[in-house]
Amino acid sequence: MINLEIPRKFEQLVDQAHMVAVEVFRKNSRKYDLAEHEYPKELDMLAAVIEGANPAGAGAARVGSGENGGAAGAERGNRNAGAERGNRNGSNMATLLGLIELCWGDVGLLLTMPRQGLGQAAIAAVATPEQLKRFGGRWAAMAITEPEAGSDSAAIRTTARFDEETGEWVLNGEKIFVTSGDRAELIVVWATLDPSQGRAAIKSFVVERDNPGLKLDRLEHKLGIRASDTANFVLDNVRVPADNLLGSPEIAPRGGFSGVMQTFDNTRPLVAGMAIGVARACLDRVRELLSEAGVAIDYDRPLHAQPAPAAEFISMESDWEAARLLTLRAAWMADNRKPNSLQASMAKAKAGRVCTDIALRAVALAGSIGYGEGELLEKWARDVKILDIFEGTQQIQLLIISRLLLGKTSAELK
Amino acid sequence: MATQPNLAERGMAYGLRALNWLAASDLLDRLGLREPTERFLQGASRSTARTAARAGRTFAAAQRLSRPARQPTGPRAELFDLEPTDEQRMLRDSVGEFALARLRPAAQEADAACAAPPELLGQANELGLSMVGVPEELGGAVEQRSAVTSVLMSEALAQGDMGIAVACLAPAGVSTALSLWGDADQQSTYLPEFVGESVPAAALALHEPRALFDPFALGTRARREGSDYVLDGVKSLVPRAGDGELFIVAAELGDDAASRPALFIVESRSAGISVEPEPAMGVRAAATGRLIFEGVRLPERALLGGGDPSVYSDCVHLARLGWCAVALGTGQAVLDYVIPYVNERRAFGEPISHRQAVAFMVANIAIELDGMRLATYRAASRVDQNLPFAREVALARRLCAERGMAIGSDGVQLLGGHGYVKEHPVERWYRDLRGAGLIEGGLLV
Repeated sequence: MINLEIPRKFEQLVDQAHMVAVEVFRKNSRKYDLAEHEYPKELDMLAAVIEGANPAGAGAARVGSGENGGAAGAERGNRNAGAERGNRNGSNMATLLGLIELCWGDVGLLLTMPRQGLGQAAIAAVATPEQLKRFGGRWAAMAITEPEAGSDSAAIRTTARFDEETGEWVLNGEKIFVTSGDRAELIVVWATLDPSQGRAAIKSFVVERDNPGLKLDRLEHKLGIRASDTANFVLDNVRVPADNLLGSPEIAPRGGFSGVMQTFDNTRPLVAGMAIGVARACLDRVRELLSEAGVAIDYDRPLHAQPAPAAEFISMESDWEAARLLTLRAAWMADNRKPNSLQASMAKAKAGRVCTDIALRAVALAGSIGYGEGELLEKWARDVKILDIFEGTQQIQLLIISRLLLGKTSAELK
Repeated sequence: MATQPNLAERGMAYGLRALNWLAASDLLDRLGLREPTERFLQGASRSTARTAARAGRTFAAAQRLSRPARQPTGPRAELFDLEPTDEQRMLRDSVGEFALARLRPAAQEADAACAAPPELLGQANELGLSMVGVPEELGGAVEQRSAVTSVLMSEALAQGDMGIAVACLAPAGVSTALSLWGDADQQSTYLPEFVGESVPAAALALHEPRALFDPFALGTRARREGSDYVLDGVKSLVPRAGDGELFIVAAELGDDAASRPALFIVESRSAGISVEPEPAMGVRAAATGRLIFEGVRLPERALLGGGDPSVYSDCVHLARLGWCAVALGTGQAVLDYVIPYVNERRAFGEPISHRQAVAFMVANIAIELDGMRLATYRAASRVDQNLPFAREVALARRLCAERGMAIGSDGVQLLGGHGYVKEHPVERWYRDLRGAGLIEGGLLV
């Protein structure tokens, strides 16, 4: 039966996440926007509380589990039990809903929640049970991008060479834009076993942050999400044990890279959810400001029969609603084990662009209140822009979507 | 389509009560055999002359209900779910097959003639469109109130052609309105005709001919005179205005200060009604026209829903939802048409779909269409669960108006000059999608 309401069983989860957003995230929003690179120590206690309430392995509904195993891991774990039929609203949706609320609070702080890094998604997607035991639950960052390889992750130049004598992998190269790279305990590094073999030769390796070969080059100064550190590293003969390679070391001509890329089917709806959370913060605040200015939103009258700001608000809200529903759909499909690459990219594309647009229009509607640092609207408008970029830019999402719709390969539709 | 079991067989296999009437009719057998009709209504709709409204049938109750019958709304759903019920799937699929097999081939001529082929209208009636919103005790087909079912069927029908779909669906809007808000007397008088063999042409008349029209600030007025109401005003873009036998008309009730918009049941045979054809940019097969009311006397029982303002605002929103549904169908038609086109059309030695400028337009059509669809489904599912739906309809309406129009425009653009000529249907979809975003009334789910 078609129903697009949030299930009641998630109400408590959403309420809890909202409380965290109000009490912890909002109260520290401006502080760590101004104090870039300073560690938000308030999050340590929060992380401990959340983990205490939801021990690792408990599965669904971990508030703020971010991109970590709460989504991808649980999804994977349940696959074996998957014979049952019927509609499921599970961990993917729960994670998404928690995330939206937390990002309504502050997306920068969410991104730097201890032990919630993106790397856990990659670990959960391809790790063996033994690797899951070793690495699961630890704070893991993700190192993919390089100075000369952004969206084109197949062009990665960081190399991994196997040292037969020591039984270790030796990594060399340069990685940029590593979210929480300096704060995490582990860094999942993408590297190629053989640059001549393209995508199939790309593997991910788990590197301990304190590995002596891993040299922090610098921390970026950014437009937004300043609470979340972004690190650049040089990998200078980084040596890791043989079984720190996630998944299989075989270079399979087909399928190997797509396994790595499947991580994104799980994480893209979550990044879309972050954008939805930030944009809702903007909508909520601008609606209050419009109301103070004497402009009421009327859902009965046609847009042309309303004051321009009210009509603009409804337009913004409607695109937000479309993005939100597209994102819920992608999560719902993941919960029901339906392939969702297309829908995940649609959610990310729509949410990335409309949420940025909503935030910028909210600033404009609010005027000097919106533009000044006395409020958070200007910050949200800076924060939200990254969400149309990382985990695949708007343009990459459109490429993925159009290739799938048109039945084109990446060689045909470049 | 040919390899699947026929619809009647599938209906029986599912044992669905809603399909019983469908399986019993011989429509489906005929569908596979007959060529689409070439007979169109000619003349009347294309002239600009004002004529008297159709004399129409006499509506009279054979049996009186003691109290109004209502379809119950369903319980609150526990889970987020995008799967229709088996019943909805069957209804949607049968209407969809009909739409692609019959409406699509007839669309261009119907558009030119400003009339839907009568045979198609008859066949659409046999699909039970005007029975979906009617309570079972009055001969309806679906147990519970389901705006979702109506949306799915409307969407599927409009995928064939929006104009003909609107002509087919307009009477369903009236039967649903009577089911939702009619009193026992009104239901006994009118609803039996909508579940019978010959469904009357009927439509919800809200729109008025002026810029910045707002259905909550009506120019049409109904004033009290003794126990009667006297109706004056003009309604615009009313589907099947010329052959309509029954209209639900929105008018401002009362004198100035305390006046409020209300709905009236108006039979076309009432004195003082005239009709003017109003062919428009699109939705032409719906034979849109103006209704002119000059001192039309209505009995007291013509007032629908007791003049309750919440009935009126629900009506406006459910009408907009109807237009959202048909915009989805036409949007899907655009997407399904442009994908093979851009893959086959070659320029500079390769298919034009190999260019991002082209491919991204296709991606954006798909993204926006799905956003429109999910917003529309959400609003409809709230109706069925008895949750407030004004906000959700407003959001869906805005998406279907703006994003839907962009889809229509991109559909033409992707075909270039070929999209601009009538050899391809995209120019018609462009015209239709503009209407779907602005017309008030006419449909109702």
